Amino acid sequence: MTTISRSVKPLIAPGHTACTGCGLLLGARLCLEAAGKEIIVTFATGCLEITTSRYPESAWEVPAIHSLFENSAAVASGIEAALKVLGRSQEAKVIAQGGDGATADIGLQALSGMLERGHDILYICYDNEAYMNTGVQRSSLTPLAARTRTSPIGPSSWGKSAQKKDMPAIAAAHGIPYVAVASVGYPPDLQRKVKKALSISGPKYLQVHIPCPLGWAHDSSLTIKVAQLAVQTALYPLYEMENGAITSVRQVSRRLPVTEYFKHQGRFSHLLRPGAEAEVAKIQAVADANAQKFGYPPIR
Amino acid sequence: MVKSASLEGLRVLEGSRAVAEAVKLCRAQVISAYPITPQTHIVENLAEIVADGELKAEFVNVESEHSAASVVLGASATGARTYTSTSSQGMALMSEVLYNIAGLRLPVVLSCGNRALSAPLNIWNDQQDSIYVRDSGVIQLYAEDNQEAVDMHIQAYKIAEDHRVLLPLMVCIDGFLLTHTFEPVYLPTQGEVDAFLPAYQPLYYLTPQSPLTMGAFAEPDKYMESRYMIHQAMERAKGIIEEVAQEYGRIFGRYQGGLVEEYQVADADVVLMGMGSMVTTMKVAADEMREQGKKVGVLKLRAYRPFPAEAIRRALRPGVKVAVVEKAISLGGLGITTGDLCSAFYNQTYRPYIRGFIAGLGGRDISPTSLKQIVNRMEAEVEGGELEFIGLNRELLEEG
Ligand SMILES: Cc1ncc(C[n+]2csc(CCOP(=O)(O)OP(=O)(O)O)c2C)c(N)n1
Ligand SMILES: [Mg+2]
Repeated sequence: MTTISRSVKPLIAPGHTACTGCGLLLGARLCLEAAGKEIIVTFATGCLEITTSRYPESAWEVPAIHSLFENSAAVASGIEAALKVLGRSQEAKVIAQGGDGATADIGLQALSGMLERGHDILYICYDNEAYMNTGVQRSSLTPLAARTRTSPIGPSSWGKSAQKKDMPAIAAAHGIPYVAVASVGYPPDLQRKVKKALSISGPKYLQVHIPCPLGWAHDSSLTIKVAQLAVQTALYPLYEMENGAITSVRQVSRRLPVTEYFKHQGRFSHLLRPGAEAEVAKIQAVADANAQKFGYPPIR
Repeated sequence: MVKSASLEGLRVLEGSRAVAEAVKLCRAQVISAYPITPQTHIVENLAEIVADGELKAEFVNVESEHSAASVVLGASATGARTYTSTSSQGMALMSEVLYNIAGLRLPVVLSCGNRALSAPLNIWNDQQDSIYVRDSGVIQLYAEDNQEAVDMHIQAYKIAEDHRVLLPLMVCIDGFLLTHTFEPVYLPTQGEVDAFLPAYQPLYYLTPQSPLTMGAFAEPDKYMESRYMIHQAMERAKGIIEEVAQEYGRIFGRYQGGLVEEYQVADADVVLMGMGSMVTTMKVAADEMREQGKKVGVLKLRAYRPFPAEAIRRALRPGVKVAVVEKAISLGGLGITTGDLCSAFYNQTYRPYIRGFIAGLGGRDISPTSLKQIVNRMEAEVEGGELEFIGLNRELLEEG
């Protein structure tokens, strides 16, 4: 197991109210620690907000502002503009944060505006693949066939019927200098990407895969393992794109079938029952396409 | 009410240009807006002013009004003086953020180029859009003419940024009637404005030097206190709006009223009450009726939120009749300022006779003649007047 260096004081303090095994709070803490304390962050309504900022307490050890669900990128744009005009740009880097719903659904327009305008901001999407804060409803980043409260399993439903949106590609299509996908299952890789992003000026997009024991119905001790399995099955490849071109892919030594990922998670349990073969094949096809695109080895 | 005798500083400007010049004189540092008629010229002018290097500001071209308001929210939280403006549908889209800005106690200044709301789509003037966000915690001031619009923007920053207030402030200017009309206006000099309006001194702002969290959520045991404190700040703003208007009057020689302006109200039998550019028409109608021996006055609401109940009660003597003319309506309810006025008197020892008239929706003209008809009817009436729409076309209604 990887040991996480604790040379710095945690910038999201213990005492937040996240669930045991929450991938989100771990991911956010790793990102902030990699960034250092010379930052100003925004955070969208969602689990990150509700677990860190119950008045009069705050887990944020850095200047932080929450406004609404869909405007994290726009608020960050205002912060960056203000720092510029006040001659304080050297004082702090600006990091905007949001969940997958805040990023890929309701806040997509504001994010697109921020990326298009060219603000010097790192946008981090914490992707737990559903609206967790409101009790596990599907988002456009929920993967195919996953069970949520609004994509339930029933005689006429296999869970979410649509594909996961390719949000990094949408970000990259804005012609921004840096897009990366990381996972809380690989902390050093995640932290390297945060540091790299912050060394580049202009808009950056980082998407971090963060298991949610509650929403995904997995054991809270398996957060890291589930995150790693998403990568090892090629369902969540980790890569970087610089100026539109893929410049690095985190390779896996052994690729696993998607059922290895499903078997720990209640949200996919219907796929392990007899009769689900055709549905499983569809998702395996998604993984195979990813494997081909990113040069992963065949399943052994 | 231009009192300056000399022509120095007098320029003939489109209302939107005049407002843009005022915002420039206030040294707004982050400006963000999205085009919508009739507000567009203000931001086009500001874009030009920034591009020409006349104002050191960041002009952020956003993809929606929701983001425009969010950008100025973030910038204000970082300690910058900010400006945005919108109209109509843009105001509706901004509304979520406006509540949030007020709750965060950020002194953002914005203009509303007042316009009707869809449907039917209509780009012309009424005041439904600013009324739509009446309960947001944003202070609302209404300008009667372009000179007042200029002066009001300069006062706006001083009121909003006062540490006893710290609330967003919206200056409402009637679309087209003011935004697109050329009028002579006095523009103060930069030195004069700098002396009146020093740089923004935020109480708190986002900086790594002293990290703080803004926008925490509040549970049932905390939320109400925060709303109460906003309400208290609104109440305090009443005094500060008056104080700032008077200070401005002393320095610049122009006082167009504080919370309200009374025009021949003291001895009036009938008072017309309104907001924005219709007040000038009311004054014309009142003057003409006074020539015929009728005692007509005009009560201009400069401030609509906070609602100046005390100032209105002081202005209106027992026995007076008040005709409220409104360019907005709570459909299925009543005239909105009419309701405010009624409640300002309901628990008092005397109540004037009050009637609400809906007029000028979607750009329909409000003429001195129609106002005089209202006054004539009010003179005869003693009770029973219901809400009435002025100038409806019966033929169109029958078509259905
Ligand atoms: C305009 C608006 N619509 C809906 C909501 C309700 N809401 C709050 S958080 C949330 C879901 C958050 O999902 P996500 O962004 O994925 O974050 P997570 O909680 O999963 O980390 C929703 C639907 C809201 N606050 N504002
Ligand atoms: Mg989520």
